Amino acid sequence: MSEYTIGILILACVNLISVLGLSLLTGFTGQFNFGQAGFMAIGAYTAAILTTRLGAPMAVAIAAAMAMSGLASVLIGYPTLRLKGDYFAIGTLGFAEAIRLVIENFDKLTGGSRGIPRIQTYTTLPVALAAVAVALVVVASYIGSTHGRNCIAIREDEMAAEAIGVDAFRYKQVSFAINAVLAGLSGALLAHYVGFIQPSMFGLVKSTEMIVIVIFGGMQSLTGAVIATFLLTALPEVLRAAMAWRLVLYGVLVVFIMIVRPEGVMGTWELSPRNVKAAFARLRSKARPERAGKAG
Amino acid sequence: MNMVLQQIINGISIGAVYALISVGYSLVYSILKFSNFAHGGVMMLGSYFGLLGLQYLGLPFPLAMALAIVGSGLLAVLNERVAYRPIRNRNSPLLYLLISSLGVSIFFENFTIVTIGPNFRTYPPVLPTDSLMFGGLSVGRLDIIIFVMAAVTLSLLTWLVYGTKIGNAIRATSYNMRVSRLMGINPDMIVALVFFLAGASAGLGGVLFGIKYTVWPQMGILTLKAFIAAVVGGLGSLPGAVVGALLLGTAETFAAAFVSSAFRDLFSFALMILIILVRPAGLFGKITEEKA
Repeated sequence: MSEYTIGILILACVNLISVLGLSLLTGFTGQFNFGQAGFMAIGAYTAAILTTRLGAPMAVAIAAAMAMSGLASVLIGYPTLRLKGDYFAIGTLGFAEAIRLVIENFDKLTGGSRGIPRIQTYTTLPVALAAVAVALVVVASYIGSTHGRNCIAIREDEMAAEAIGVDAFRYKQVSFAINAVLAGLSGALLAHYVGFIQPSMFGLVKSTEMIVIVIFGGMQSLTGAVIATFLLTALPEVLRAAMAWRLVLYGVLVVFIMIVRPEGVMGTWELSPRNVKAAFARLRSKARPERAGKAG
Repeated sequence: MNMVLQQIINGISIGAVYALISVGYSLVYSILKFSNFAHGGVMMLGSYFGLLGLQYLGLPFPLAMALAIVGSGLLAVLNERVAYRPIRNRNSPLLYLLISSLGVSIFFENFTIVTIGPNFRTYPPVLPTDSLMFGGLSVGRLDIIIFVMAAVTLSLLTWLVYGTKIGNAIRATSYNMRVSRLMGINPDMIVALVFFLAGASAGLGGVLFGIKYTVWPQMGILTLKAFIAAVVGGLGSLPGAVVGALLLGTAETFAAAFVSSAFRDLFSFALMILIILVRPAGLFGKITEEKA
């Protein structure tokens, strides 16, 4: 593989970690997070400051990044997740913008809007793949468990879920915390892949990109999230010429999906051995001659 | 003392423009119960419409302003028809409306960048920019004109919503869409009208922003402040949006003048988060439990 391909793969892996968290929170639990970039920024800056200023090892930096981001989610989630309606989305939006402005203005620690240069590039392809694997296992097993089903119940009908004894607030908090921890990890890896960070990397555009990927892939399918991440990370690299139109397309895509197929491209379909077998069985029965004759 | 008065005047002038935009957020929220993030894009395009009228069609200023107001009003109606109505008709979760409005906002901004270009443009000098002195206070004539225009528009809007039969229908629909339909109100008409009013006032706001600052594709970001104002005042409340905007404009100007201009935006977001924490319904909003 050329270095270029590896670069795209690493970037996709880094994005995917954040998308997986967001998929759990927005897709499966139904809480619209408008400020994913804020959590990624916390992760990126915590890790980068630790490795560049204090010479901490990467493992320590990553752990601290995840912890800080998770802590932030508790602080912002505790008051806003109790409220119904748009307030959680508004709260995360305001939080992410506030984080970016804080980073821009505390330039002694964060380098201000110039950012932090010369970060060691620890994030290699094996590191990124290992991190994705861990994230995937954590999120997939959480969604597959009773807890995951409780989250889906909250998304479908919060009142009904509470009526059968699901502590909606608690589950929303847990989803939010997992999302933030993964976003922190993603941010830390991003900083140590690109080699420099600045606040403008973590603006509204980044948050939007994350949410678009989740919506595109399917709000109820991790398989969709994975496919969408690789597609939407690689596509702009392949179609350099159409770069400017990419975001236009994103906008149209989001509206189109919401109107035509709000469940996303993959819907609820997951890539599991059972589902694959079922799909093959369906294909075979379609190919059978007597079936074809009946259909015609 | 003069310094303080000066800042209050500056704050009210900028707050009045925020108010023009934040009433749009509140009007739409009061009917459809979601935050319409495409509103910033409508404001931005309204500003471009005005520029188009003045610079490329050679219209006199009042006509160009009318073009911007009507153009962005119709744009908002079109936006609702294409991107929100199919979702409303399916009775999908409100979240989908929010997501769709985000898509529209991305589309507006980037379509403008691709077609018109990413650069900043300035309005030709249509309004006087000199200052008037009132016993030691210097007040920009532009600020006064902007304030008067915004105040007149807001008064008209308030009269329309609270003093006319149509306004009654709007408020009835916002109170309960299903029952108002039983009373013979066509909710789709009301929704279209509300989007027109929201878009039109945003268009005027866009023109005024364009004159005071410049015009550029990402200027929709300015409406984030108006949105904060609507949240502070209480989403869905018209007087709340106006009071919130004036408060935010003044508070922000003070923060910029007496603390640091770098912290001005941070201050606004902190204020919004504080309001959500302490009184999520805002200053004027009713505290209601949204039923799932």
